[in-house]
Amino acid sequence: MPDSTLVGLHHEEEHHPELLHHFADAQQQRDASSLGMWVFLATEIMFFGGLFCAYLVYRRWYFGDFAAASKSINMALGATNTAVLICSSLTVVLAVWAAQTARRALLIGSLAITMLLGLTFLGIKGIEYKDKFVEHHVPGASFSFENEPIPGHPGQFANPRHAQMFFSLYFVMTGLHALHMIIGLGIFLWLFVMAWKGRFTPEWHTPVEIGGLYWHFVDIVWIYLFPLLYLIDRHP
Amino acid sequence: MPTATPQSPVPQAVERENYLNKEYGVWSWLFTTDHKRIALLYLISITFFFFIGGFFALLIRLELLTPAGDLVQADTYNKLFTMHGMVMVFFFLIPSIPAVLGNFLVPMMIGTKDLAFPRINLLSWYLYVIGGVMMLHCMLTGGVDTGWTFYAPFSTNFTNTKIVEAGLAIFVAGFSSILTGLNFVVTIHRMRAPGLTWSRLPLFIWAHYATSIIQLLGTPVIAVTIVLVAAERALHLGIFDPRLGGDPLLFQHLFWFYSHPAVYIMILPSMGVISEVIACFSRKRIFGYSFVAFSSIAIAVFGFLVWAHHMFVAGISVYSALVFSFLSYAVAVPSAIKVFNWTATLYKGSIHYDAPMLYAFGFLGLFTIGGLTGLFLAALGIDVHVTDTYFVVAHFHYIMVGGALMGYLGGMHFWWPKISGRLYPEGWARLAALIVFIGFNLTFFPQFLLGYMGMPRRYYDYSHMPEFQILNVLSTAGATVLGVGYLLPMIYFLWSMRYGKPAPDNPWNAAGLEWKTASPPPTFNFDEDPVVTWEAYNYEELDAPPHQQEVPVAR
Repeated sequence: MPDSTLVGLHHEEEHHPELLHHFADAQQQRDASSLGMWVFLATEIMFFGGLFCAYLVYRRWYFGDFAAASKSINMALGATNTAVLICSSLTVVLAVWAAQTARRALLIGSLAITMLLGLTFLGIKGIEYKDKFVEHHVPGASFSFENEPIPGHPGQFANPRHAQMFFSLYFVMTGLHALHMIIGLGIFLWLFVMAWKGRFTPEWHTPVEIGGLYWHFVDIVWIYLFPLLYLIDRHP
Repeated sequence: MPTATPQSPVPQAVERENYLNKEYGVWSWLFTTDHKRIALLYLISITFFFFIGGFFALLIRLELLTPAGDLVQADTYNKLFTMHGMVMVFFFLIPSIPAVLGNFLVPMMIGTKDLAFPRINLLSWYLYVIGGVMMLHCMLTGGVDTGWTFYAPFSTNFTNTKIVEAGLAIFVAGFSSILTGLNFVVTIHRMRAPGLTWSRLPLFIWAHYATSIIQLLGTPVIAVTIVLVAAERALHLGIFDPRLGGDPLLFQHLFWFYSHPAVYIMILPSMGVISEVIACFSRKRIFGYSFVAFSSIAIAVFGFLVWAHHMFVAGISVYSALVFSFLSYAVAVPSAIKVFNWTATLYKGSIHYDAPMLYAFGFLGLFTIGGLTGLFLAALGIDVHVTDTYFVVAHFHYIMVGGALMGYLGGMHFWWPKISGRLYPEGWARLAALIVFIGFNLTFFPQFLLGYMGMPRRYYDYSHMPEFQILNVLSTAGATVLGVGYLLPMIYFLWSMRYGKPAPDNPWNAAGLEWKTASPPPTFNFDEDPVVTWEAYNYEELDAPPHQQEVPVAR
């Protein structure tokens, strides 16, 4: 008997039931999803950890140059972005609470504001990148960082090569962070659509919770990036 | 006439429904979320890469048959050993046991229906395939010549081979490895059958748990290292370039932070297999269960603290070298605990010399040699003498091939009846195990001697030291034998799928939940959710006279 490939086409349709077949109960499924996200975030810490390690080595070696380079990036915009992200963390928490307590309007609203704040962050980041581009602070052939004084050392100027190291790390670290923000926006767009369709209930809203975990993590990375990159040896 | 009466069933209908015959057709495989089918998808793909990597190895050995560089050009030789290393490490050894045997067995051993995230499991296979295709494309369009370690600044500033593409392939395959590890950790934490406490877990599970921790915490670091190398090549950032104020040593630190623990990703699952096999074929509870279990965790933890022993001659501070040397000795302790406990398990056991056990014996001997020569390399003085010689090559092949691969083959034989529902031909299997053992030692033992005498690794031409030829000829001859030893199991496994005798549910009379279900298992593994009331490796109870036996779990 030729086992026709047509048989294969009748393969089990997974129509997204809330409880997947291999879990004993909803609690187990929820625990598994949540632990999965925590474990994933641990890998993310190691991913950014490699960059933080490189940053710390070179910051120690070339402290003055890093301070001079750090002075050239816009602290006001960075601080604004920090505030924006902290606010977005608040709206994420509100979204989770709304999902738990079946407040659909609040859930949809919080998710929308979170996305707006995320977009605001990326927009401000874009302005900062544009400024760096205009000032020839993007590493590469047209990089220029001549005669920039080292803060606290009158008469000394930063070594452009070492300043370029700062900007390299700045772009790689904030760039990867921005990539994570973009992925987060994708997740939240999906959550928004699901919430709009009314799929989340107090019994089942795991995606909101673990999506929120991810968002908080990306925020926290920024909380570390901001002082490390923007606030080197800043004095009033 | 052909109206079948209920009294005359079609003969084929006697076969139970299982994960293999439930559905047919390509799509039922490519879109499966069944961990057992994904394990078989992995088996096929890693076997493919194993033979590609083996082909490169064969060319390397053929080149070294004569002192002169006559078979290939120097550039080609550089690419051969690079691609051999990259394929074998990232596309065979790292996924080998976890993605095939682990995928198949972890849910069954802990008595659940599937891994926690079946679709992520399938995604991990697709990522592996995408990475593999990128690696193949990279090899076919020029390859890489830096060695599998792609050290900066050669990889970032000088070579004009396909570093970025190979790096991207490894990045994607690394993601697949992370997802496997994530699935295992969550599954082992959250999905164990009722009654299956941590202290009742099979040691195979403990080993995979420890492996997963390394995959989760190590792999992201090589990922970001690859990102930096790619950025450095594309944009000349200077992070690893001393001319721009960067430090090539930073590359080595980041690289070995993953790549040393990666050795334990390869060997730990193999140790898990050996624990299962030795307990079963000596019919005893494993000696010092909790020591063996926690030594896996200890290896995972200590394994992260020894990476700079790869850099003793790279110009690191002598004080940090001392610390790393000491820690490298420390990591040998949990490995030794395992070896001693396995040996103690054998003591007064009723030992059966079936093929899986032969591989386990091979593992014990070869891993011990590999581990002890690792201590030579952890010693600062000797390391300086043998750095970048064939001594190092022989050492890590004793661990990765003599250890990890022997465990993989032993495990494949042990669980093949469960996977395929067929018995493999035992006589051929014992012969193959013997051939592998002989071929392996003939290939790699001469390399210890060569290295100690001073033959450097990665040279394609040794015509100024022709006295090395005799040992190289031995090694090449051994590689041929070894190749036969690897082809044999593939042939008789394939043969047995059609012609092998149907396997009973528990052909070895082994303990462990995976043997308490049908061979091959049904799609959801168990017809009834199991409840565990016994300790792991209760062989004394299993072998007790029937009236004293516990009632087996009803299916």
